[in-house]
Amino acid sequence: MDIRVQDAAFDLGAEVNGFAARQTGMGAVVSFTGIVRDIAPGLEAMQIEHYPGMTEKALAGIAEEAQRRWSLGDVLVIHRFGALQPDEMIMMVATSSPHRADAFQAAEFLMDYLKSRAPFWKKEVTREGADWVDAKDEDEDALGRW
Amino acid sequence: MDVLYFAWVRERIGRPKDTVETGAATVRDLVEELRAREARYEMAFADLDALRVAVDQELADFDAPLAGVREVAFFPPMTGG
Repeated sequence: MDIRVQDAAFDLGAEVNGFAARQTGMGAVVSFTGIVRDIAPGLEAMQIEHYPGMTEKALAGIAEEAQRRWSLGDVLVIHRFGALQPDEMIMMVATSSPHRADAFQAAEFLMDYLKSRAPFWKKEVTREGADWVDAKDEDEDALGRW
Repeated sequence: MDVLYFAWVRERIGRPKDTVETGAATVRDLVEELRAREARYEMAFADLDALRVAVDQELADFDAPLAGVREVAFFPPMTGG
């Protein structure tokens, strides 16, 4: 398991290639990447705050739960914090498994839990000012399917 | 005990952390003590349904006991990913 919380950008291609290269006997690698969308009019930055200490524990706990539920080779989670520009990558997860179904499901599970159970908060900064992004009911509801 | 605030809770209270001496038995009791401090605390804790709490860095509820606890954090629902 590789959990990283960082302000620096990451190289998606290098991370996925490196992750795949470290696997043995895994027929499937799935990755997901979250990107800052330029949706708010004049979005200048997405500021991401987190709870150092708890963040790493929460992410590790979610990854351990995924490993309990599915047959996985390994899990990689990278989540950034700080001020991000539109089109920058916020985070990624990668999973490996002997077969694709487990790798896909585990990646979706990681994303659903990471959205509402890992202590990150997003703030949209526009020309007009800055607003905290509200949690969505559907993100909380998404946990119900697991 | 360290009491931490994140996101708009931190902004409303105007600081990221307080260190408190408290005999509060539960998180809810601690919230009542904090509310009594100043208007900005009262404002931050006006609607507990809008808040989440972590006790020693684990998500908890407002009835969680505080005996032996070193760190409590208050924040809005999380928006990761």
